[in-house]
Amino acid sequence: MPDRDAPPSPIPDSKIRSRRQTRLSLVWIIPIVAAIIGAWVAVVKIMNQGPKIEIVFRSAEGLEAGKTKVHYNGVDVGQVATIRLSKDYKHVIATVEMAPDTEGFLVDDTRFWAVTPRISGATVSGLGTLISGAYITFEIGKSPKNRRSFEALDTPPVVTGDLPGRFFVLKTTDLGSVDTGTPVYFRRLKVGQVASYELDKDGRNLTVKIYVYAPYDQYVNPETRFWQASGIDVSLSATGVSVQTQSVMSMLIGGIAFETPATGQVLPPADPNTVFTLYRDRAEAYKPPPQNPQTFLLIFNQSVRGLTVGAPVDFRGILIGEVTEVHAEVDLKTKEFLIYADITVDPQRLGVRTAAGQTGVSKGKNRKLVDGMVSRGLRAQLRTGNLLTGSLYVAFDFYPDAPQYKVDWSQNPVRLPTIPGQLEGIEASVAKVMNKLEQVPYQEIGNDLRKTIAGLDQTLADTRRTLDNANRLLEPDSELSQEMTSTLRELKGAARELRLLTDYLERHPESLLRGKPEEK
Amino acid sequence: MSAAVSTALQQGLHSCRTCGLLSRPAHGEVEGRCPRCDEALAFRKPAALQRTWAFLIAAAVCYIPANVLPVLTTTTAAGAESDTILQGVILLWSPTGWPLSLIVLIASIMIPIGKIIALAFLLISVQQGSIKSNEQRVRLYGMVEFIGRWSMVDVFVDTYTASLVQLQPLMAVEPSAGLVFFAAVVVLTMLAAQSFDPRLIWDPESEQEVRHA
Repeated sequence: MPDRDAPPSPIPDSKIRSRRQTRLSLVWIIPIVAAIIGAWVAVVKIMNQGPKIEIVFRSAEGLEAGKTKVHYNGVDVGQVATIRLSKDYKHVIATVEMAPDTEGFLVDDTRFWAVTPRISGATVSGLGTLISGAYITFEIGKSPKNRRSFEALDTPPVVTGDLPGRFFVLKTTDLGSVDTGTPVYFRRLKVGQVASYELDKDGRNLTVKIYVYAPYDQYVNPETRFWQASGIDVSLSATGVSVQTQSVMSMLIGGIAFETPATGQVLPPADPNTVFTLYRDRAEAYKPPPQNPQTFLLIFNQSVRGLTVGAPVDFRGILIGEVTEVHAEVDLKTKEFLIYADITVDPQRLGVRTAAGQTGVSKGKNRKLVDGMVSRGLRAQLRTGNLLTGSLYVAFDFYPDAPQYKVDWSQNPVRLPTIPGQLEGIEASVAKVMNKLEQVPYQEIGNDLRKTIAGLDQTLADTRRTLDNANRLLEPDSELSQEMTSTLRELKGAARELRLLTDYLERHPESLLRGKPEEK
Repeated sequence: MSAAVSTALQQGLHSCRTCGLLSRPAHGEVEGRCPRCDEALAFRKPAALQRTWAFLIAAAVCYIPANVLPVLTTTTAAGAESDTILQGVILLWSPTGWPLSLIVLIASIMIPIGKIIALAFLLISVQQGSIKSNEQRVRLYGMVEFIGRWSMVDVFVDTYTASLVQLQPLMAVEPSAGLVFFAAVVVLTMLAAQSFDPRLIWDPESEQEVRHA
């Protein structure tokens, strides 16, 4: 350093300033504050970070990483962070960052699905997403178990838990036009929806889950009948044409209707998830289920074309059962082909009732009843149900003239007697006539006829000859006619003479006695 | 630096920061006040290194949230969307829009971090008494100081956008927390650059010259 007491210079001395000993500058507060704020922001950010969940989708259509939100009742509660393919490239895994405090509803049975514009049958949903893009929403489950990995539903559930009501299970063999969201009607009032359907594992039946909203769910009781109310049911009967529909909507998109048969007693509402049968139509639904079905065997010696399994068995028009099996067998003894038809009959429907509450009839009583009826002429007959389709049904009726038959109860199934069917009866009669006709000796009749005709010819020739002769006789220049003419002339002369005579006699009656006076 | 040039410090003189008046320190005192403008005098900016370090560290700390937190929240009919600076760069990146994207990338990400690195390098080199490439280091400092204010472009653009795009309920743009941190980074790096005393760069050299002399 240069000397302080150097020769005076024009540079002036600075004024004295009180010195502050600043070993550590106060400026260090700034980075500390910055660090504190940064740390605070980081803490807040971490605190605000909700759980990360994974949702497996079938397709990421409409989903966008960093954009697609998770909404619940319109509240934004999360965002899709990343979207990637699963290892087998079959699914799409979306990682979603949920808002804080959402752990409560990320439970085992929470169901997620993507909301996209959807048009299916009756419902158009998610139109808002056309503008805003798809979003993910969910239905909060009730399970206490937490979960972080979910599988999204392919279609939004029709029924979310926030609407009170009850689920019921319907079993059917044919889905018809039932789809998810298909309405359920009660007295033409829309009271529920089809929540889901699936094919049973054995592939025989379909299980349709429906949701009936409160307070209509109380009208479903164990006796309730469900049927498919889709389309139009036109039936032609003696009273005219009757058209059965539920509503225009159900005509177009189908529906399920239910009704409870009016019974005297008031039944308690059915429990949730009670299993019902879904019938094809109302008539089938109201067909009472067989309570004590009995199988009988009918043997027909005729074609059963048109007799199908399920064909009705009726007694004087009352449905009492159906055909369960039709097959042909050959009788080795008689070398005859016979058609065996198994039928199930519900004797209950014939009005065979015992004390109330007791289902079925005792075996012995039943046998006696059937024996009695058969001896009085109860016979089964194949009848044509529909002339157009030629479908047949089995009809029971009494034919007192039928040959006697003894029911053999040792067989299983018991065989009941049959008589030829209507058409068959006609056929038999016709055949009989034909047989008789066949016995007519046409050959001889023909020969005789020919002979007769030949004789007739002869006769005719003779007749013609006779007529010719007669003609000849009557011709003007014939001998006969000439003789006739002269005879007639003479006869005329004779007549004149006779007249003259009578005239003379009139004038001269005395001449009769005296004779003609001499001319004077 | 040529040996012929002697610094005010070598002459034992103060140079006033405000009016540039040279003055001799008062007797017994190292530092005093400027006789002309009453400004506090010091041979070098007081605690320059310490202050620069402090501002620089604060800027570096703020740089992290500035890039991690979203700077803008765009609310459209599709929902709210928050973008960080880097997301904005990615968003702008397209075959035709890449120059704009590049501008944002350079102005908002590269320059702030470049400034922090440059100042840190200057501080470390000064503390180690380096005498190498003084001229380049001085030029580097000049660049840092010059470029400092231009980093605010991003903040300006964002605030303008936010005030202009208010088409509720169709669309709205709002600044987010990240922008505050970004502004803090720019301000703190500017303060750091200002509190740094470039004379410190050549002090070691002149001291060496004095010793040699």
